[in-house]
Amino acid sequence: MNSEQAWAVLDTVPDPEIPVLSLRDLGIVRDVVVGADGDAVEVALTPTYSGCPATEVIARSVRDALVAAGWQRVTVTQRRAPAWTTDWISDAGREKLRRYGIAPPGPAGDGTMPAPGAATIHLRARGVACPRCGSADTERLSAFGATACKALYRCLACREPFEHFKPI
Amino acid sequence: MSTSITITVTPRVQYLLRVADTCLIHAQRLAEWCGHGPVLEEDIALTNMALDLIGQARMLLTHAGGLDGNAFDEDQLAFLRDERCFFNLTLVEQPMRRSSAHSPGGDFADTVLRNFLVAVWLGLLWQRLAASSDGELAAIAAKALKEARYHREHASGWVQRLGDGTEASAARMRAALERAWPYTSEMFARDAVDEAAEATGLGPARDALQACWQREVDAVLADAGLAQPAPTPFVSTGTLGRHSEHMGFILAEMQVLQRTHPGGRW
Repeated sequence: MNSEQAWAVLDTVPDPEIPVLSLRDLGIVRDVVVGADGDAVEVALTPTYSGCPATEVIARSVRDALVAAGWQRVTVTQRRAPAWTTDWISDAGREKLRRYGIAPPGPAGDGTMPAPGAATIHLRARGVACPRCGSADTERLSAFGATACKALYRCLACREPFEHFKPI
Repeated sequence: MSTSITITVTPRVQYLLRVADTCLIHAQRLAEWCGHGPVLEEDIALTNMALDLIGQARMLLTHAGGLDGNAFDEDQLAFLRDERCFFNLTLVEQPMRRSSAHSPGGDFADTVLRNFLVAVWLGLLWQRLAASSDGELAAIAAKALKEARYHREHASGWVQRLGDGTEASAARMRAALERAWPYTSEMFARDAVDEAAEATGLGPARDALQACWQREVDAVLADAGLAQPAPTPFVSTGTLGRHSEHMGFILAEMQVLQRTHPGGRW
């Protein structure tokens, strides 16, 4: 078997917390290396958040899915560097998020800290389009949501609350 | 009770444990708010930040365990070390002051203020550790830095809102600042562990963080209408393993399950 077949399997493994996304959509599969004999495969995963409780479940579901697809020897490794960024979520993944009711992340920026003194109150951060009605008239209720990767928003146009996948 | 482990404390291991234990104990205190937050969103925010910090602590403990030579894992290091082998900042082990029957986790002002002081410190530390000569530490720090930005933004926003809020909220923030401030000197103390880290490129000495920390803290406090308290000669010693009287209690609560049921999983 070849690496394309392994990638195709990974495209069917859902994220345990946002099952509408596959691990491939999420951009956490960094590498797939197939052994010379074609029955061994090594998958390198990058964790999303340091404390993400799904990390271990994800590694297990990758192993299970590849074994079920006929791979004899499956190794799953963690690759920390470079750190995962929401910029690695695929375009297809972003569209799936939006349809699922989660506003996809904007650009993550360069990861540097703002200059000293630049700290301002962002408790009502705006500018994220409502995934339901598309209005940009939305406001943030909290930077932290039901999972580490999401913030809570509400739409002032259609009055519905929604989640936003935070850029990181 | 399960037997305590004894680690070999080299300067390198101690440097890593200072960061790991600060994250771990800070997280344990933040998580005390679980189910007691002043509003639902804040309950979720505090526990989310605790989760990030526990994740950071786990990676650092695993890394420190690998360097120690005894090959202790993250669970052994978290649950079977005795108080004197923890090297967190004394500030993070301080209990939340109990202000009323309606805030069983303590005074939210103390939590907000300490979270802010520590988030700025950790943010600056991660930024420098991301360039560590230790590749694993650099990778952990680069990841943590992204998370720390959200913690700092969140904590700063609360300091500004409550400091510049009502008379009652401002008074509580001033009192919280007075209580926390004497413990901030330890964030910038310098000793042989710092010097070894600086010399080997492992990470910055703590005193190297002071100027940036001061600038950032000053800016937010000024916005919040809070005056920085006068410095005191007191320097706490948690980073040396000598803790305040509160450390034993928090460890007892954190460790009791693993010490009663060694290796227990659920």
